[in-house]
Amino acid sequence: MAIESEVLVVGGGLAGITSAIAAAREGADVRLVCHKRTSLRQASGLVDGLGYVPARNEPREAAEITQRRKDFRTVRAERGSYTGPLVSPFEGVDELPADHPYSILGPEALREGLALFDELTGDMYRGSHTERNALVPTFGGTVKPTARYPRAVEAGLASDSRPMAVVGFRSLVDFDARMVADTLELADVPFAVTGAEVAFAEAFPDDAKITRFAKALEHDEPIDGTPARQALADAVDPHVGEAERVGFPALLGDDNTAAVRADLGDRLGVDVFEIPMGPPSLLGLRLEDRLYEALDAEGVRFQTGTPVVGYESSDGERIESVVVDHKGREVPYHADRYILATGGFVGKGLDSDRQRVEEPVFGCHVPHPEDRYDWFVDDAFGDHPYARFGVRPDASMQPLDADGKPEFTNLYAAGSVVGGADVAREKSASGVSLSTAVVAGRMAADPTQ
Amino acid sequence: MTHSVVVIGGGATGTGTARDLAMRGFDVTLVERGNLTEGTTGRTHGHLHSGGRYAVSDQESAVDCMQENRILHRIAGHCIEDTGGLFVQLEGDSDEYFEQKLQGCAECDIPTEVISGEEARRQEPHLTKRVERAIRVPDGAIDPFRLCVANAADAVDHGARVETHAEVVDLVVEDDRVTGVEIERQGPNYLGEGQEGQTEIIEADYVVSATGAWAGQLAAMAGVDLDMAISKGAMVVTNVRQVDTVINRCLPKGGGDTIIPHETTVLLGANDDPVEDPDDYPEEQWEVDMMIDIASEMVPIVSEARMIRAYWGVRPLYDPNPESTKESGDVTRNYFVLDHAERDGIEGFTSIVGGKLTTYREMAESATDHVCDVLGVDATCRTHEEPLPGSSDISVLEDRMDTFGLRSPIARRSKQRLGDRAPEVLITEGPNPTVCECEAVTRAEVQDAVDEVGADPNGIRLRTRASMGNCQGGLCSHRISAEIYPKHDAITARDALDQLYQERWKGQRHTLWGRQLSQAMLNHLLHATTMNHDADPAVGGPGVDYDAFDSGRTDAIAEEIHGD
Repeated sequence: MAIESEVLVVGGGLAGITSAIAAAREGADVRLVCHKRTSLRQASGLVDGLGYVPARNEPREAAEITQRRKDFRTVRAERGSYTGPLVSPFEGVDELPADHPYSILGPEALREGLALFDELTGDMYRGSHTERNALVPTFGGTVKPTARYPRAVEAGLASDSRPMAVVGFRSLVDFDARMVADTLELADVPFAVTGAEVAFAEAFPDDAKITRFAKALEHDEPIDGTPARQALADAVDPHVGEAERVGFPALLGDDNTAAVRADLGDRLGVDVFEIPMGPPSLLGLRLEDRLYEALDAEGVRFQTGTPVVGYESSDGERIESVVVDHKGREVPYHADRYILATGGFVGKGLDSDRQRVEEPVFGCHVPHPEDRYDWFVDDAFGDHPYARFGVRPDASMQPLDADGKPEFTNLYAAGSVVGGADVAREKSASGVSLSTAVVAGRMAADPTQ
Repeated sequence: MTHSVVVIGGGATGTGTARDLAMRGFDVTLVERGNLTEGTTGRTHGHLHSGGRYAVSDQESAVDCMQENRILHRIAGHCIEDTGGLFVQLEGDSDEYFEQKLQGCAECDIPTEVISGEEARRQEPHLTKRVERAIRVPDGAIDPFRLCVANAADAVDHGARVETHAEVVDLVVEDDRVTGVEIERQGPNYLGEGQEGQTEIIEADYVVSATGAWAGQLAAMAGVDLDMAISKGAMVVTNVRQVDTVINRCLPKGGGDTIIPHETTVLLGANDDPVEDPDDYPEEQWEVDMMIDIASEMVPIVSEARMIRAYWGVRPLYDPNPESTKESGDVTRNYFVLDHAERDGIEGFTSIVGGKLTTYREMAESATDHVCDVLGVDATCRTHEEPLPGSSDISVLEDRMDTFGLRSPIARRSKQRLGDRAPEVLITEGPNPTVCECEAVTRAEVQDAVDEVGADPNGIRLRTRASMGNCQGGLCSHRISAEIYPKHDAITARDALDQLYQERWKGQRHTLWGRQLSQAMLNHLLHATTMNHDADPAVGGPGVDYDAFDSGRTDAIAEEIHGD
């Protein structure tokens, strides 16, 4: 039996899910296939709009890479200027270059994308009450601007002037809470902040993962005879001092995280918040669960573990089907229109070798310098061209070929596979995914719009 | 009376010379501007030559290599992996040259065995099917870090003083005689003595410059003109060991055609191109591509390996006949003891230049013989007979590696990393979680390194190997920074993070395609997106007007949470 749908979304990350939902809401019959579920376990769980507009480098004129080591302070001092942190994502959109997805789609797409996100996540996320960005302390020990944030991090916002305490666990290596407190002070935050490293769950093996701590707190498991939440509150209590809010690494439970937070807050008499962490990121994983629930609720059929490995097109202009790998068996999936949401280099939606960068599923044009030494700059945090690689879309989110014509009449693109943005330095990753996804989803559902 | 000698340079030749001088009764001080091995020695291919490579074109070097290869097996077996080597002839490669190579090896007393293509492929299954035959030679892999530390340790045991992080900023010249060196400390020495910026004059009856590629700069401090013929070579590091034998191409011009297995990796290299300044020369794309392309001709699967970094070293070559040398690759690998009294009219000063890592001991012996001649000391060399520390019990050397704040990236994984010190380092109060997952380095080891080298993230890296695996610091550089705190303050620890992250980038950018480009993007997303380390207001990033941003809805939250 032929597998058919009106719209087929390739890719299961934030952009894939939201474009599928956007298309379904336009009345299309939508199916989603992906290799893996999202890369959200590697993401902080914060939903950025636009936090900075970093200056772009002039293209390097045959600059030499030399053996000479530059002092990191010099590298830091020579980094191009940043506009920001932006109080609102929308105040920086005009400053972006013409090939940025926000410039191509206009600010309304970002508003629409964030609105869809707000609706899908409900009271799990905050920030929709204002167009202002929020400044969130993360495990890097400093603050970052973001547009939407989990309710779990709200009491930690840096524009809140209440005194703060930050707690770390001796058995976790990702930050030292005392150092985080000191670096927040170096960043001139408008509140008093202290840090404490406490002993918690040290009965666990030394290499216990964050998810293990989360599970213990979720189920309030006894650790050495004391329930986990009680044990944690006892360990932290002596360090609360004057603080009115206490931040923990983001591992306070999973499905019941609100209850864990409330329970700890009651025991300590403070507001409790979580500090976004690196992989595996609980905040990212919780968002992933929520998004898949939403996808299901919207009636989109989805399959994971089934990568798309090719496509068929008799005229080279219209995609007739894509080839899906079912454990070695190749199965064609037919659709009227397709959305490419396979991710960037991390999600393997972009691939490269020593000679070139490619989009491996449909072979869409990915503009990039011929010389791979022009893909990067010398400052690790500089304006790397590779960070902006991706397919180039038009205002309908159709990927364009080298001549500026749509690659296929029935293909749309969304998310990190789309180029033009340095989402890392701009703090715009989720915003770019959401805005490209709502447009791609809508256009794929009804191209006559 | 005891004569005092200053040896400049903490590489293999310098530490070897310090050892030899100390064993012959001199009062020796070794000075090195960085840590031991920081120059060419720490950036070699780690190739223990049989001499086969030079058996046709440079037989004097070839003979030295084979002799020293035998000696090093006796005195430094613990620094050698006896992989054996192959010179492979591929379809189309000259039969005539193959015969010349065999003939040359015979003339230089290098044992050989010719094997068929099939047999070569039985030994090394990933060799190309195009291999027709091969010559077996006694090449090997040598760990330059251990070798250098073993020499320094033995020098100290024989009474020498070793000053690391002590840069020679001037030679003291009085009446056309070098009478000492002026050093400026770049930081505390390996014993933790001294501070950055301190200067000291060390007087000496004689000064030996074993500064290799930097010998020209050193000689200039005494007004001596010494033109070195230094050349660079790139080496590319893969994350898998696809061969167990040193593989060379049997061709007359062999730039970049050697594949050397070291522990879990192989090193591809190295080209041979002249440079002017050993501290400032271009690192170029074509070099990286050439190493991969040439290696893949011999072992095709190499091109599919994940390449994690590239690094460069400079050869300390000296050309006595620059007029007749056509190309950099033709410069002899011989070494030269240049007495600046005879050569330039400056007494009390000799430079030892040229040579190979494999011949470092013989170079040291010749330099020491020369010092004995000049100062009228009658003492014979014993370095070819007396094993280096640790050759019978490796833990002896491993202890000394710690003393000198050095870890061998090569020896790291296969041996017990901490040897006898394991209990002392690893039994700590509190948990001992893993800081660097790629290389399995725990907190206790990082803390031990912080105690030894302070807030120097590259020192911590060299001691522990933390941040040297696939992720190149993406998942651990901030953790290492957190371990530096609170022994050092927050700004120092934060700076160490940037220093390490930038240093890792320096090598990684040369292998920025495929999986390593994906890794770079992930690192960029973690460090810039989530941690905001590119625009961090704590360390000079754009300032923040906190009041202008969303402060949340704290009242509502308070009610929800405390409602019950």
